[in-house]
Amino acid sequence: MGKYDFPDARGHFGTFGGIYMAETLIPAVDELWRQYEHFRDDPGFKAEFAHELAHYVGRPSPIYHAKRLSDHFGGAQIYLKREDLNHTGAHKINNAIGQALLAKRMGKKRVIAETGAGMHGVATATVAARFGMECVVYMGAEDVQRQAPNVFRMKLLGATVVPVESGSRTLKDACNEAIRDWVANCDSTFYIFGTAAGPHPYPMMVRDFQCVIGEEAKRQMPQLIGRQPDVVIACVGGGSNAIGMFYPYIEEENVRLIGVEAGGHGIATGQHAAPLTANAKVGVLHGNKVYLMQDADGQITETHSISAGLDYPGVGPEHCLLKDIRRADYVAINDDEAIAAFDALCCFEGIIPALESSHALAHALKIAPTMNREKAILVNLSGRGDKDMNTVARLKGITL
Amino acid sequence: MSRIQTVFDQLKQQGRKALIPFITAGDPHPQATVSMMKALVEGGADMLELGVPFSDPMADGPTIQRASERALKHHVSLRHVLEMVAEFRATNTTTPVVLMGYGNPIEAMGWETFAKRCAEVGVDGALTVDFPPEESGEAFQHLARHGIDPIFLLAPTSAPERVDAVVAAARGFIYYVSLRGVTGAANLDLAEVAAKVAAIRGKTSLPVGVGFGVRDAETAKAVANIADAVVVGSRMVQEIEKSDEKNVAANLARLTRELRAAMDSINR
Repeated sequence: MGKYDFPDARGHFGTFGGIYMAETLIPAVDELWRQYEHFRDDPGFKAEFAHELAHYVGRPSPIYHAKRLSDHFGGAQIYLKREDLNHTGAHKINNAIGQALLAKRMGKKRVIAETGAGMHGVATATVAARFGMECVVYMGAEDVQRQAPNVFRMKLLGATVVPVESGSRTLKDACNEAIRDWVANCDSTFYIFGTAAGPHPYPMMVRDFQCVIGEEAKRQMPQLIGRQPDVVIACVGGGSNAIGMFYPYIEEENVRLIGVEAGGHGIATGQHAAPLTANAKVGVLHGNKVYLMQDADGQITETHSISAGLDYPGVGPEHCLLKDIRRADYVAINDDEAIAAFDALCCFEGIIPALESSHALAHALKIAPTMNREKAILVNLSGRGDKDMNTVARLKGITL
Repeated sequence: MSRIQTVFDQLKQQGRKALIPFITAGDPHPQATVSMMKALVEGGADMLELGVPFSDPMADGPTIQRASERALKHHVSLRHVLEMVAEFRATNTTTPVVLMGYGNPIEAMGWETFAKRCAEVGVDGALTVDFPPEESGEAFQHLARHGIDPIFLLAPTSAPERVDAVVAAARGFIYYVSLRGVTGAANLDLAEVAAKVAAIRGKTSLPVGVGFGVRDAETAKAVANIADAVVVGSRMVQEIEKSDEKNVAANLARLTRELRAAMDSINR
């Protein structure tokens, strides 16, 4: 393939992305973009970001050869990029640190965030405490229930958690409410957006902060096996951990990239959160043009996934482009397949993965047996599963 | 001449300002919308803004969100809204109707189909909240082809160069958002509104309407003093929420008359 150079100056990834926002927020988005353009190549900013990642987050995260798991399933060897070992337990902290450093330079004393599974909310509450900022996190009321431990963590960290009762009471509604807060308070407030979607510059900025994952992996894999992996797999909700892993590999054409969406009860049931796999129509939501789950009238449909972090009707614009240019493949893993992979990693490796990451792992377990033992699959283990104890216990009929 | 321009020209000759009430189509019930539109006109509305319900109304406060939710319970879609306008036009050929909503329902219908249907049923303008001029070029060519005015918002935070870009793309009138926040938010700062409206007028001959935060006759009068049109949204929706189905049209007419009387009482 030729040179990959996206987005364009106004945040377009091909026909996707852009800035689809009400006029009330355009000035705030423009200001953010100007400031980010200024600081993204600033040596002082880059050095502080690298320092925080090393000393506060604990990077680089290791890559672990899941040998017993690989032997049990047979076929390709499975390697795990251990984002679950980061401070706060997921990849979300990489981006939250980056945006908080930008907020600090822009003189913002208050940060807000949306959260689904709660990992981005926890990461934002964490960096707000770290940098002495006021923090408000919007979270769908349904997610507040199913991710109770993370709600408690955010409160311990000094954040205010606002349960959102409108719409489907999940991640998309939390986004709506955070945007409303930002409209009213954009002078004082920085919106730390959690995924590689939304209006420009968020998809690019979140990718830039997360691609430390793929950059490390590109250095680590040759040290482990003498070459790059054959396949790289990551789960995709909005797609921040996936784009962070994929982006440095885009021009490595021999490395196959697979994004795994939430298949919920199965694509055929309509109860899923897999716009790319289900060939959803292109639409506009939350500031960008993307593949979007919607009905024939253009109303956004409710999604279903066992994993709150993947329970979102859209997907980041760069994944839409990677699908269209066929640089990445997108597949779906159903709730029960994700749970089986969750159990397998617990039993064979002593690692409790997040339900989101379990989707990526489940696809690796599906394709590994079809590949020979010399092949290598790298799975981005984007987070740990402590937050999912209640959900998993309930599924197994156990009361904690 | 378009209905929008005709109305503004007539009002200017009379030394009066335009009253533009907003209701969400299908709220509280799809069967009620056309009679409510007629009641608003009887009460003294010069133009109507009809909200197209959307599942994710990010720029709206809780009041208009609830209106959207009530309409969506009845599965009111953009197709139905256009049919309602056609029904309204059967008895009213002069009052301009502007559709206000979010871009995705139009994207789903297709801009060419939407613009063509607007022209057929008698829609005069379209305000797509989340489509700024930069992303609207191709879509709005379809509106232009069918003579539908693209209406744009300007905000207190819009920089001078953005005002230039927006007035260049806009037709019909400019909708100035009078406060920072979502629809129906806190009280507005009249001095700031007056200064901004004057600045916008310096750059365009289009009429300037002011909305977001006009909550009573007194505010409507004050805004009429400084702008060409007064848009009243959340207050109308609150009236719908307070009414039962039998008296909702009468209550809207009464509220519109109050606003009209206050606006017409300004010294000129």
